[in-house]
Amino acid sequence: MASRPDRGRVEINADECKGCLLCVSVCPTQVLARTTNLNKQGYFSVGYTGSGCTGCGFCFYTCPEPGAITIRRLEKSA
Amino acid sequence: MSAPNYKPHLSRSEIFYPTFERKSGNKEVTHYCPGCGHGSLHKMIAESIQDLGINDRTIFVSPVGCSVFAYYYFDTGNIQAPHGRAPAVGTGAQRARPHSVVISYQGDGDLAAIGLNEILQAANRGEKMVVFFVNNAIYGMTGGQMAPTTLPGMRTTTTPMGRDTRLAGNPTRMCELISTLDAPIYVARGCLASPKHTMRTRKLVRKALKMQTEGKGFCFVEVLSACPTGWGMQPVDSHQWILDNMVPQFPLEIFVDKTDLDHDDYIPPKAPSPETFHEVIRIADAANQMAPAQPETKYKDPRIKVAGFGGQGVLLLGLGLAQCGMMEGRHVTWLPSYGPEMRGGTAHCHVNIADEEIGSPLISKPTVLVAMNQPSLTKFEGELVEGALVIMNSSMVPNKPKRKDLELLELPATAIAEELGNARAANMVVLGAYAGYTGVLSLETCLESLKTLIKRQALVDLNVKAITKGFEFGKAARG
Repeated sequence: MASRPDRGRVEINADECKGCLLCVSVCPTQVLARTTNLNKQGYFSVGYTGSGCTGCGFCFYTCPEPGAITIRRLEKSA
Repeated sequence: MSAPNYKPHLSRSEIFYPTFERKSGNKEVTHYCPGCGHGSLHKMIAESIQDLGINDRTIFVSPVGCSVFAYYYFDTGNIQAPHGRAPAVGTGAQRARPHSVVISYQGDGDLAAIGLNEILQAANRGEKMVVFFVNNAIYGMTGGQMAPTTLPGMRTTTTPMGRDTRLAGNPTRMCELISTLDAPIYVARGCLASPKHTMRTRKLVRKALKMQTEGKGFCFVEVLSACPTGWGMQPVDSHQWILDNMVPQFPLEIFVDKTDLDHDDYIPPKAPSPETFHEVIRIADAANQMAPAQPETKYKDPRIKVAGFGGQGVLLLGLGLAQCGMMEGRHVTWLPSYGPEMRGGTAHCHVNIADEEIGSPLISKPTVLVAMNQPSLTKFEGELVEGALVIMNSSMVPNKPKRKDLELLELPATAIAEELGNARAANMVVLGAYAGYTGVLSLETCLESLKTLIKRQALVDLNVKAITKGFEFGKAARG
C-alpha cells in the first residue's frame, strides 16, 4: 500500500546556506540535517533528508538567508 | 495515481534584488553572520512589502550598524542615514513624499544610544513611518561592545566583568519609553528566538506596514534578535539565550495599538517657496534694489572682519554691510562669532561682499578690519592681508597698529555718535564711513538698509544722521 505523499517539500540552495543550523533546530519533524557537503562559502550546508516535510515554513522564516530555503506544498488534487 | 504535484509556497521574495551587487563578497548571500536575526527580519519585511504591493512607494532608510547595507538587498527606495538619524531622515522623506511608506530600520546602538533623541522626537511628532528596532543587546558591527540595551551582568567587550548597573546604568526599554508618548499608534515587541515567536513577529511586521499603507501614523516594532558572533555562541544556543535572558528583561507585548484610528489625511504644509523667503528678507524686492556702487578695484570684493565689545553693535554692523551688499545685487555672507556674554564680552563677525559666488563665509585673511576697541585691533592685526584697510574707532583705540603696510582710517566713531546723542550709533557711523571711504556701497543704499536693520522707528533719525556723518567723514578722509 502506497503511503500518503508528504504535505510539503523543502529545497535547500546549498551554496547560500551558512550552516547556522537554526532550521534544523526548529523543524518539527526533524527532516533537516547538516550534511558533509562543504559549499563554496566554506560551510557544511544543511540538506533535506528526503521525506517527512509538512511545508510548515518554520525553517523558511527562521533562516536568515533570503534565498537559501524554498518551501513547496502539495497541491490538493480534485 | 499521478505523481503528487508540489507548488511553490515560500520562496525568495521578489523585493530582494536578484543579486546583491555588493562591493565585495558573495553576491548571492547577505553579508550577515550565520544565525544573525537581521536576515530573518529582512525576509519578513520583504514578504510584507511584496504582499502589500508597496515596493514602489517604500523608502527604506538604512542606519549605521550591521544593517547599514540594507540598500544592497531591498529593491525599494533607499537612503542611508548618519548614525542614529534614520528617523530624522525618514521624517524628511515622508514630508517630501507624504504618500510614501517610510521604513526606518535601526539597531540598538543606533537607535537607543546615539539616536535616542531622534527616535523620541520622531515618535512624539507621530511621523508617519514604521521603525523596526533590532535589539541584540550589544553593538554588533563594531565588535560586541556594551549598548544601552545590554543586560545587567552581561559580558561584552567593554564590560568584561559584566554590566554593573550602578556604574553603567540599566537596560533601556525602548518600547516602554515610546509607549509613554501620545502620538505613536502602534508599539510592539517581538522576538525571533523560536518558531512561535518568529511567526508572531511576522504578524507585527505585517500589521505595522499595513498601517503605513493607510497613512495612520508612527509605528514602532522592536525585535529581539540574536548576535551569535558578538555573544560568542552557537546560533541555536543564542536563541535559547534570548528566551532565558532577554525576554524576561524585555517583555513581548503589544504596548500601544490604535489600529482602529481613522485614516489621518493630514499632509504637512509645503515649505515656503524661495520667492517667499526673498520677500521676507527683501532680496528680490524691486523697490528695494539699489544701483550698485562702482568702487575702485582695490576695494572690490572685500573680506571684512568687524570686531569689538559685545554691545557695540558689531554684529549689526556686519549685518548692515551684508544687507547693503545684497541690496546692490551682490553675493554676500555674514558669519557671527561671539561668546556667551550678551554685553561686555568680545564679538566679531565675518562679512563677504562679492560679485562672484562666495566659497566660504569664514574669513581667515581679511582685506578690511573694523576695530571697535583696542583688543580687537591687537588680536586681528596679524591676520590681515598686506595693505589691508583698517578702520579703527580712534575714540576707543589709543594704540595704532604695529604693522606699517596697512591703510589706516582713524575714525572717532564713538565720539561722533555721542555728539549725535547716543554712543550706540557708533556702528552706523562706521558703516557710513566705510561706504564713503571705499565707495563699495552708496550712501543711498546705506540709508535704505536702515528700513530692514532698525526695527524701532524712533531710532531711524539718529542712525540716518550717524550714517551720513560717517559717510562725509570717510569721503573727506579719502580726499
